[in-house]
Amino acid sequence: MENTTKKPQISERRKFFTNIAHNAGLGLMGGLLWAGYADKAKGSALTLRPPGALKEEDFLSACIKCGLCAEACTNRPSNISKETGKPRPGTLKIAKAQDDVTIGTPFFIANDVPCYMCEDIPCVPVCPTGALDMASLTNKNNELDFRLMDMGIAVVDPNSCIAFWGIQCDACYRACPLMDEAIKLEYDRNERTGKHAFLKPIVVMDVCTGCGLCEKACVTDKPAIFIQPRDIALGDPGEHYVKGWDIKDEQRAIDQEIGDVTTKTERSKKGAADYLNEGVDFE
Amino acid sequence: MSNMKYLILRRISQISLLVLYFGANAFGWKVLTGTMSSSSVFETIPLSDPFAVLQMFAAGAILAFDAILGAIIIVLFYGIIGGRSFCSWVCPVNMVTDAANWLRRKLYIDKIERKVWISRNIRYYMIVLALIVSFVSGMAAFEIISPITILNRGAIFGFGAGAGLLVAIFLFDLFVLKNGWCGHICPLGGVHSIIGKYSLIRVKHNSDNCTLCMKCKEVCPEVQVLDMIGKRSEFVVKQECTNCGRCVDVCNDDALSFNIRNYLKK
Amino acid sequence: MSISRRDFLKNSAAVAAAGAVGISVPATAQEAAAQAESDWRWDKAACRFCGTGCGIMLATKGGKIVAVKGDPAAPVNRGLNCIKGYFTAKIMYGADRLKTPLLRMNDKGEFDKKGKFKPVSWQRAFDEMEKHIKKALKASGPEGVAMFSSGQHTIMEGYAAQKLWKAGFRSNALDPNARHCMASAVVGFYQTFGIDEPSGCYDDIELTDTVVAWGSNMAEMHPILWSRVSDRKLSNPDRVKVVSIQTYTHRTSDLADIEIIFSPNTDLAIWNYIAREIVMRDEAEKIIDWDFVKKHIVFAVGPVNIGYGLRRADDKSIKENKYSALEMETVSKEMQKAVSAKEAPALEPYGYKEGDVMKNIPGTLGHWEISFEEYKKSLEPYTLEYTAKIAKGDPNEDIEQFKKKLQALANLYIEKDRKVVSFWTMGMNQHTRGTWVNTQSYNVHFMLNKQAKPGSGAFSLTGQPSACGTAREVGTFAHRLPADMMVENPKHREITEKGWNVPLGTINPVGDQHIMKIHRDIEDGVVKFAWVSVCNAYQDSASAHHWINAAREMDNFIVTSDGYPGISAKVSDLVLPSAMIYEKWGGYGNAERRTQLWRQQVVPVGEAMSDTWQMVELAKRFKLKDVWGEYTLRSGTKLANVIDAAKKMGYTEDTTLYEVLYANEKAKSYKADPNKFPQKGFDNTEVFGDSRNVKGSDGEVFKGYGFMIQEYLFEEYAGFGRGHGHDLAPFEVYHQVRGLKWPVVDGKETQWRFNVKYDPYAAKAAKQTGADDFAFYGTLAKALPQGDLKGIKDETLKPLPNKAKIFARPYMDPPEMPDEKYDTWLCTGRVLEHWHSGTMTMRVPELFRAVPEALCYINPKDATAKGFKQGELIWVESRRGKVKARVETRGRNRPPQGLVFVPWFDEKVFINKVCLDATCPMSKQTDYKKCAVKLYKA
Repeated sequence: MENTTKKPQISERRKFFTNIAHNAGLGLMGGLLWAGYADKAKGSALTLRPPGALKEEDFLSACIKCGLCAEACTNRPSNISKETGKPRPGTLKIAKAQDDVTIGTPFFIANDVPCYMCEDIPCVPVCPTGALDMASLTNKNNELDFRLMDMGIAVVDPNSCIAFWGIQCDACYRACPLMDEAIKLEYDRNERTGKHAFLKPIVVMDVCTGCGLCEKACVTDKPAIFIQPRDIALGDPGEHYVKGWDIKDEQRAIDQEIGDVTTKTERSKKGAADYLNEGVDFE
Repeated sequence: MSNMKYLILRRISQISLLVLYFGANAFGWKVLTGTMSSSSVFETIPLSDPFAVLQMFAAGAILAFDAILGAIIIVLFYGIIGGRSFCSWVCPVNMVTDAANWLRRKLYIDKIERKVWISRNIRYYMIVLALIVSFVSGMAAFEIISPITILNRGAIFGFGAGAGLLVAIFLFDLFVLKNGWCGHICPLGGVHSIIGKYSLIRVKHNSDNCTLCMKCKEVCPEVQVLDMIGKRSEFVVKQECTNCGRCVDVCNDDALSFNIRNYLKK
Repeated sequence: MSISRRDFLKNSAAVAAAGAVGISVPATAQEAAAQAESDWRWDKAACRFCGTGCGIMLATKGGKIVAVKGDPAAPVNRGLNCIKGYFTAKIMYGADRLKTPLLRMNDKGEFDKKGKFKPVSWQRAFDEMEKHIKKALKASGPEGVAMFSSGQHTIMEGYAAQKLWKAGFRSNALDPNARHCMASAVVGFYQTFGIDEPSGCYDDIELTDTVVAWGSNMAEMHPILWSRVSDRKLSNPDRVKVVSIQTYTHRTSDLADIEIIFSPNTDLAIWNYIAREIVMRDEAEKIIDWDFVKKHIVFAVGPVNIGYGLRRADDKSIKENKYSALEMETVSKEMQKAVSAKEAPALEPYGYKEGDVMKNIPGTLGHWEISFEEYKKSLEPYTLEYTAKIAKGDPNEDIEQFKKKLQALANLYIEKDRKVVSFWTMGMNQHTRGTWVNTQSYNVHFMLNKQAKPGSGAFSLTGQPSACGTAREVGTFAHRLPADMMVENPKHREITEKGWNVPLGTINPVGDQHIMKIHRDIEDGVVKFAWVSVCNAYQDSASAHHWINAAREMDNFIVTSDGYPGISAKVSDLVLPSAMIYEKWGGYGNAERRTQLWRQQVVPVGEAMSDTWQMVELAKRFKLKDVWGEYTLRSGTKLANVIDAAKKMGYTEDTTLYEVLYANEKAKSYKADPNKFPQKGFDNTEVFGDSRNVKGSDGEVFKGYGFMIQEYLFEEYAGFGRGHGHDLAPFEVYHQVRGLKWPVVDGKETQWRFNVKYDPYAAKAAKQTGADDFAFYGTLAKALPQGDLKGIKDETLKPLPNKAKIFARPYMDPPEMPDEKYDTWLCTGRVLEHWHSGTMTMRVPELFRAVPEALCYINPKDATAKGFKQGELIWVESRRGKVKARVETRGRNRPPQGLVFVPWFDEKVFINKVCLDATCPMSKQTDYKKCAVKLYKA
């Protein structure tokens, strides 16, 4: 500041605006870099979140990265090692910089340590911010209910699933904590042998919680059943049609937000009058 | 050792907090669980980082009451009592930057004048920027780069590649700018400066006893707060003072001491 | 373009699959497949694991097994496998395979019971064994030398063991772990048919209308058979009914039309209820097939006060207070017990009422003929009311609902043109009244004429791959000789001695050292040498702490031969590395009487050698003068000195057992020709030695026996059964076919025994009786005294040739039931992923990952009531011991309240420390399915 005298005179007013522009420019640069990094730091869309996690976007804004959920997971009584009497690595991990997951946020890798679906869901009530939403896991009787967990969904690759070859495996089915509800067996006759049946694992989409015990139990080199976030794995038929033969299906449609019902296509782009006034091409 | 009293107490405070956090995860201790972003004391009292909460609001999160209550508790505590003491008594990065500072003195880096001037007010711009980026990106922006939480989580859950950032800050403070991170850039420090502006516990200077040895200024990480040394007997009231007590420690003349600011007696 | 190894694998699989379903495969892929298989040698074998007996194909490359496929030509599995079979290629190459003999030694290199295991040479290992066997013979006679054998011994190994023990050491202390697995089925067969093994075969599944699974989780334990049951159900879902009768809900109930959860042991009552419905319904005369019953059946009964196979008051270890007061609460029932309110109505026809003290006389196989009226009297108590009251296993089930299910079950059996197969496994065999409940199954099938017919019959499924082929058919039980002959029968001994070319009188006539008795004899200090071979006797026996204590703390010498280190190896003094299944020539016999042979695929790892080799080498160490002198047994029975008789046969007193039993003239007539089928192109370590040049018993490089020892052992053994209803095809034939169901007569296998249409033996026997449908030609216990339910009235033996028996058997309580202190039933068993004690499957990474530990399956309500959380560790404690296990309230096994299920494969959840060593007093098979435990937080 002292040097300014040696330089050509600039009006105070001019200096004030230049300074503002200078600082604003720097701020904008930093902000853009920062925001760009933040976007990258959101990590993979394939991340599996703890039970009760809000939708990924809301979760990222609401998670304070305190790690209380992971601590509760590690230190639950059911995670004590039989041999050492100490906790085993928990299901929930806290993301580090190298993970393809927003740093500091909780996630799990089903193939490593799956979610054991504790009935008291210890990871959720400790969440201070509501990023893990108790209400979403509370049933009509006002109790926490592990059946309401919704971390992802199991997907079967029928090409590499050996049960689809006819091997009597169904390790995933037996490992499923909601056996016969979340994974069912589909029985099919094996025409090749003429006397054996296929017992094929079929995931029931609205029951599967995505705990990953099936993926962990799968015996193929790379699991033929694996957990994906629901948003990734599932389609969406939309709300305009309800299965007439399934009373529960109406709820699905009701649960979706109904936005603008106007339909737009290339054909309907022009207003009716504009279209009519175009005239007809007779040639 | 008398000239290290507060330093030792601070290290005990910082390390025992880390130990409690670590034990909460590793051994299931219940004294202090979570991390400095948000913790729980004896599984009942919530504590949360007010800056993180603020950013999350900016990001559009609807937060549960616990987090907000935790932030209020923290604001009240530091606002009424502690001042900016979070930075010197709690924050683990303080140990990193103090180490850099110490090495800086040992290596006489301070003696070689370098023309790097950065405003100590950057931290306040950082706060604004963090809130804007949080708003834009939809998540707490500082929390994804904060070396404080990286170090804190690292001590609890194990370090990852984020440890590199801590090394970078160490090197920055060592070679680029004295008290660079804590004294200039860290927006959380800025937030705590603002929170602690009117707190009761303050360092008080007695210029009658002062011999102008200037040891206090040598060790102070926010040296601008000591502008009264040898001039006026008064409280150190500038909000950036971290209540670290290093000046009290090094003062051989009984010219500096902790005291309680009395608003009633004006 | 180069194709990676993985692509090769993929392509060959694609071609194999495509070939099977008739899809055309692109020519390039076919080429790649041909190339891929060109340096792989494929050969057939039997699966290593359960009694189903699936055929597999093994690919060998570079001396290692690299891949496996289900054998599409195998009739049992048609190319399919369960996941254990799927991983057969991986079972032999665990990182901790035993590769050299290990001996407990002190620093001076001497054997020391308290020493640490250190590697030794085979020669040293045999030195120690020889020394300790001689010591044991001196101390206790032949009863002091024991072998824990196995239903996983190959046919040849079992036969080699039998010869070495029964002729060589003159010891009957040879008993297989198959005792734990199907001894009750065996005694059931003997008592009912006079001959062992099922009348039907797996083809029954495709032919039947009804599959009733009694105490059998077929879905997990016989997955390939279960897939056949599933297919049958799918083929006609309305007609085909599946019933699952169990003490807890498991996978087998998935497919069931009716699931009956009964209280442990009350299967006895349910069978009687069905029988009562048959004989006492108003239209009973139309239900019972009197024509069949009158022609082929007699009614019989045996004593009911037979105890529970526990230790008796006069046993040495009981007198020495080796059993705690808590343990004695249960053991004391062996001597006497008060008749309970629950069992009193059932015992009333036998002359007991509630509160009577029943003095138990240790198990007897004796029985006598009674009239149909007496049999009917025995069924009277089993009204729907009484049966439902005692049998309902789920306290939360509505009793009326339960009654309806019982009625529906009876109706399915009774329905005129409905074919019914009753399958059972361990639920009915591991049972303190296992023999009874086995015979009860035939009662129902006989009265309805639904036995030994295509699609109908009571069918005992075996657990082990060669429980039938080796343990039963070869006869590695304490009381048995080959082909259903018995050591106690002088004629049978004589036939055997002649077959073996040993002096008459060599074989010890007292065959009472069954597997639990061997353990107890070790604890009593009688058995001083025990050899654990192809089993895990110290993990698989109940009241395990007693036997481990005895092995580690008493003066004895325990040897374990195994592929991997397990609990048995851990408690042993000497551990021998065994060649595993495809590292040797062998053969197994499955549950449908199918004999399957395979060739050695690879050279064993390290210095591992086959179990046959180990026995044959040991035989070289014993001269006739060492073993064939005079002995007096505990019972006072004298074994005469047969050395002189041996000399008359051309032996000298210095002739070794090796020369007598294995390398005799007959043996040498089986020429070893490396260029002749089936030897050509395959290793045969026992015959030719192998590239490893392992040093043998004498410290010299083992160059092989030079004759086809496997063929000799097989053919000599088969000689006993041929012409006696057990005919096996020649050795060579089994290397060409995918197994054959014996009796193989004129090159043809037999599907349904005792049925004149299918069984040439039945046809022959029927000619004598004039019957045109059945002949139950078994010969054991085919002459009975006469009496009523309470006892024998006329001692004259009335012969009953070609007849089978229906037995009156009451419901009785097991010796230990839940009470206030120990309030929960404990049932143990297996899981699909793991085989037995897990020595092999716990080394397959995929199977280990799928099920890394044994869990305690418990009803969620019980868990809540006891304050257990899912996954929490709890103690499961009985009067004998406790283990820590994790609570599982969900998943595959869903017990009713009051019962928990813990699998036994996991040595870290050593549940056999908790189990009770009560056995069926007739079959001596341990009841692992019920004892009382308490549960509390760990």
